[in-house]
Amino acid sequence: MDATQLRAMIGKVKAGRLSRRAFVQRMAGLGLTAPFVNLMLAQEGFAAPASFDYKPTKAGGGGTLRTLWWEGPTLLNPHFAVGTKDQDGSRIFYEPLAGWDPDGNLVPVLAAEVPDAKKGTVSADGKAVTWKLKRGVKWHDGQPFTADDCVFNWQYASDPATAATSIGTYKDIKVEKVDDYTIKVEFPKPTPFWATAFVGAQFGQIIPKHLFEKYKGGNSREAPANLAPVGTGPYMFVDFKPGDLVRGKRNPNYHMPNRPYFDLIEMKGGGEAVSAARAVLQTGEYDFAWNLQVEDEILKRLEQGGHGQILITPTGNIEHIEINQTDPWQTVDGQRSSIKTTHPFLTDPAVKEALNLLVDRASVQQFIYGRTGVATANFVNNPERFRSRDTHYEFNIQKAIAILDRGGWKPGSDGIREKNGVKLKLVFQTSVNGPRQKNQEIVKEACQKAGIAMELKAILASVFFSSDVGNPDTYRKFYSDLQMFTTVMGQPDPQEFMRQFLSNEVAQKENKWQGRNVTRWRNPEYDALFAAAENELDAVKRATLFIKMNDMVVNDVVVIPEIYRPGVSGVANGLNVWISGWDSNFWALQDWYRNA
Amino acid sequence: MAGSTPASPTAEVPLAAAAPLIAAAAAPRKTLGGEAWRRFRRHRLAVASALVLALMTFAVLFGSLIWPVPINAIDFAAHLQGPSLAHPLGTDDLGQDLLARMLYGGRISLAVGFASMVIAVLVGTLVGAVAGSSRSATDTGLVWLIDLFLSLPQLPLLLLLIYLFRASLRKLAGLEIGTFILIVVVIGGFRWMSVARLVRAEFLSLREKEFVEAARALGAPQWRLVMHHILPNAFGPVIVAATIEVANAIIAESTLSFLGLGFPPDVPSWGRILYDAQDYLDIAPHWALFAGGAIFLTVMAINYVGDGLRDALDPRRVL
Amino acid sequence: MFNYLVRRLFIALPSLLGISLILFTVLALAPGDPFSELANDPSIPPAVAAALRHKFGLDDPIYLRYFHWLVAMLHGDWGYSFASRVDVSTLILQRLPTTLYVLGASQILALCVALPVGVYAGVRPYSLGDQIASTLALIGFSIPTFFTGLVLILIFSIWLDWLPFVYRTDISATGFAWYWAYIKEAIMPVAVLGLFQGAVWTRFVRASVLDVVRLDYVTTARAKGLAEHTVVLKHITRNAMIPVVTLVALSMPIVFGGAVVTEQIFRVPGIGSLLISAILNNDTPVIMGVTFIFSCLVIVFNLIADLLYGWLDPRISYR
Repeated sequence: MDATQLRAMIGKVKAGRLSRRAFVQRMAGLGLTAPFVNLMLAQEGFAAPASFDYKPTKAGGGGTLRTLWWEGPTLLNPHFAVGTKDQDGSRIFYEPLAGWDPDGNLVPVLAAEVPDAKKGTVSADGKAVTWKLKRGVKWHDGQPFTADDCVFNWQYASDPATAATSIGTYKDIKVEKVDDYTIKVEFPKPTPFWATAFVGAQFGQIIPKHLFEKYKGGNSREAPANLAPVGTGPYMFVDFKPGDLVRGKRNPNYHMPNRPYFDLIEMKGGGEAVSAARAVLQTGEYDFAWNLQVEDEILKRLEQGGHGQILITPTGNIEHIEINQTDPWQTVDGQRSSIKTTHPFLTDPAVKEALNLLVDRASVQQFIYGRTGVATANFVNNPERFRSRDTHYEFNIQKAIAILDRGGWKPGSDGIREKNGVKLKLVFQTSVNGPRQKNQEIVKEACQKAGIAMELKAILASVFFSSDVGNPDTYRKFYSDLQMFTTVMGQPDPQEFMRQFLSNEVAQKENKWQGRNVTRWRNPEYDALFAAAENELDAVKRATLFIKMNDMVVNDVVVIPEIYRPGVSGVANGLNVWISGWDSNFWALQDWYRNA
Repeated sequence: MAGSTPASPTAEVPLAAAAPLIAAAAAPRKTLGGEAWRRFRRHRLAVASALVLALMTFAVLFGSLIWPVPINAIDFAAHLQGPSLAHPLGTDDLGQDLLARMLYGGRISLAVGFASMVIAVLVGTLVGAVAGSSRSATDTGLVWLIDLFLSLPQLPLLLLLIYLFRASLRKLAGLEIGTFILIVVVIGGFRWMSVARLVRAEFLSLREKEFVEAARALGAPQWRLVMHHILPNAFGPVIVAATIEVANAIIAESTLSFLGLGFPPDVPSWGRILYDAQDYLDIAPHWALFAGGAIFLTVMAINYVGDGLRDALDPRRVL
Repeated sequence: MFNYLVRRLFIALPSLLGISLILFTVLALAPGDPFSELANDPSIPPAVAAALRHKFGLDDPIYLRYFHWLVAMLHGDWGYSFASRVDVSTLILQRLPTTLYVLGASQILALCVALPVGVYAGVRPYSLGDQIASTLALIGFSIPTFFTGLVLILIFSIWLDWLPFVYRTDISATGFAWYWAYIKEAIMPVAVLGLFQGAVWTRFVRASVLDVVRLDYVTTARAKGLAEHTVVLKHITRNAMIPVVTLVALSMPIVFGGAVVTEQIFRVPGIGSLLISAILNNDTPVIMGVTFIFSCLVIVFNLIADLLYGWLDPRISYR
């Protein structure tokens, strides 16, 4: 796209024929970051948008919205949600107090306003937050939504007998009803990142007390509303077939004016990503497709079908290679990769540095992920305030060879480098996934050229990510030298995310491999930084601490960050959607509309 | 007398149905083999197919000497190119040479296809023959075994087997051979049941036929009845099953590696190439074409060799 | 024969029990976890997944879990899915109509293709018609269904834009349009499955017709001056049906069990896709429910096949 085309497009935005957001998204497709595009628009005389540009002037009349999830939701109770597909499915009907916008800012949904330290609704010691609820909101069955519902959700989720997956968010807090439309959330210690309970689709969706009261605890599974949700959301329940279909119809009493636009919504599940992209981009059978993890080459080809385009959303997801700090080939106390061992060569700075130089991030981006992945040197990439500016990456086989030579690793008779009888032979594992296997091959080829032998291993995703103790192939056990996968940063805050490098989180047999730290890297300095960040209430200082932590793990090559992976969805032409990488795809479903 | 087959191109005077048993009793076996070979040679398609198979085997075994391009050399500049002089079969999305990958992959696909087929057919024929020719208790037990294998869900069992035995087999036979044995046993071990049911059904019917009765009346022992009179007559479905099994095993191997259970992901095989190529079918059709064509050619060749063999070994000698 | 039936049914009970025990053990030992999706989100403490495992009894010893399952099963309780916390019977019933419709139609299509083509090819071996039929059949089963499905989508959905490729169960049209929509969306999945199965069966029908065509009584029938179609229908086809009955009986349970790959391509919400996602999630109650019904059907249909043999060939005795 050249300057004239760009100007023409900006003109369209000015004339209101192209939404500002659509413009930013299209620019993101060209690799321009949102701040840069905003700057561009500012120069042309646009103010930053307050919210999504919603055009329809009355609710309804939009027909059916057809969406495609290649893994369909299996349940509709948000407290039982196992993956994003379940959160998305229930988010059609249920809502949280507030959601996260694409830039990681809180937007009120069922709350009247977002808590704020300046207004005194976030306590100065960081131990309590007061939420004011929106008045006049009704459940789909006509009952009023009140503070009692919020308190009940806390009781429901924190009861271990309920077996809620959201228990981690609710079990340590206390929720108090101040009046019918005010609640107070109390934390046991200062909590700089307090927006967890009741916020976002992951843990925040609120279910009605009057329908679930009898089903708190051991009989939680028997609640009829598990399968036929009654929420406050823009659409009311019609039909649900686990793994296949969710249907809803417009809620005529929705609490936001003129919304929603569509009369019916359909969420179809099943199949795989490529054909989902096909159904939206190439044939137009569907309006929206979720999570198109497909090589960009194919997406571009499908876009030529002319029915839709892909939409890129920033997230905190990072495709990275983890480096085992312990010896995976030695059994100590009935386990491999025990912290009583040290890896024979992966803790050697020369080898680590060489490996870091042998990962061709730029090619992986260019030839596999394209617009759907950005090469990066950082483990934490978003929100932007947490992104380090001091790291960089390089692909240089010659330099890697020189470093290995200097480190005393000389090629043996078979071409594989060795030192003191130790050969540079690695096993590199990942989950079964098309782009990932190609990525593996690219890394392997470069390593081969530098004299490092590599055996590739691909494990079925459901086995790789499982947590059954008897299974040797899980990523938590890490019974190999290197492993690669995408780790998800669900919230626009890196605190929970950066726990995975803490010494006390090491995954070992003793804790049934439940620790988050699978590289088994231990560094007291890092632990101290993390402890400081956990209690730091000053946002700027806190961000600096996390950036420091990021730099430590990157510079010490504990992980090799490769590709930061934004969210990719397929959107039919004329459909206006507002997607956030920090919340459910349906976090702003009420705002979706089609151009007339 | 056996009926003449109207359209058979090389019709011969058919012998009596009971002739082979007399012949088998009287004539030395060498002649029988020679006779079969003579008849096989007259089946032109079968001979041509055997040649094709031999050629393919030769190509995958020694092709890498004539075409010494590494299978995993990545060249992004040349990705998804159609056939050219530098890459006679084109390249895939990483710019890897498809001819080299096809040659290498052919070793795996052909070996897995044949070995699994042999296992499936041998086990199936054995179980089916024993069940079909024995008394109630053995038959019931074997039918139970067949039913059991038919109702086992394969994927969990595969995951379990591979996770139980991968490490030990690797230690025993090395990465490649160990994986090969495991794959072949797994594929063959899951595909013998239909052969067994077919053979058993044929046996149930054949053991009551006149020529078998005749042989039994002549005092032939049970094993001889089975080996010389019933089994050769039950070959028809077995040979069809064998052709289908080869195709099946070649595809199944790719499914296994797709599930992370087969060879390491960077090792190509025909099935895997076909699988990887599917999403690029409208961008780079050559990628899928050669792999699919190779599988088809193999299956077709085996099928005609099978036909030729059956006609050559057929005790009724129609051709 | 009545005794035989009673005996087989009597044996079926313990054999089902044995099959269920083996199934359960395999499933319990196979790697995997219903909550693996929770694992790659670091904001969920690993202890949450562990607590869920414990709550659902996944950490209990296998014999205990099996015992619980068996007792509940005997009371008619199929248990509930770990993934969706819905009763297994509800899940299966929800998907049964679609599965029966698509799979049933494809099996009928397969038979409609295989019987006439196979008989024709078998009666006139090596004729031009036979050669064409053989080649098509070989192409049919050497190309995997994931590939034929894709090719059909490219042709009929994308280039011609005639058929939808996403199967929907919630068609809102009424009257004739409703029926037409249901038929239209099923055309491609039924064709993919039916033609693949039909190609395989055609080969078996041809082979068994070829075996029968040469037998004495066929010649006799012809010599008696019976019309050719009478000979083909009454004398050849009936006696060639034994392998066909075997194969159809083998594939009948699949009509219930679904076809994973095709269901995935066309998003048919059948039992196959339920089973595969249950397997990938290690959702034991669902897998047990589906496979248990499946094994019952395997046993029943194989028994029916055994009884049909006797009807097709009255000489077969039940011992």
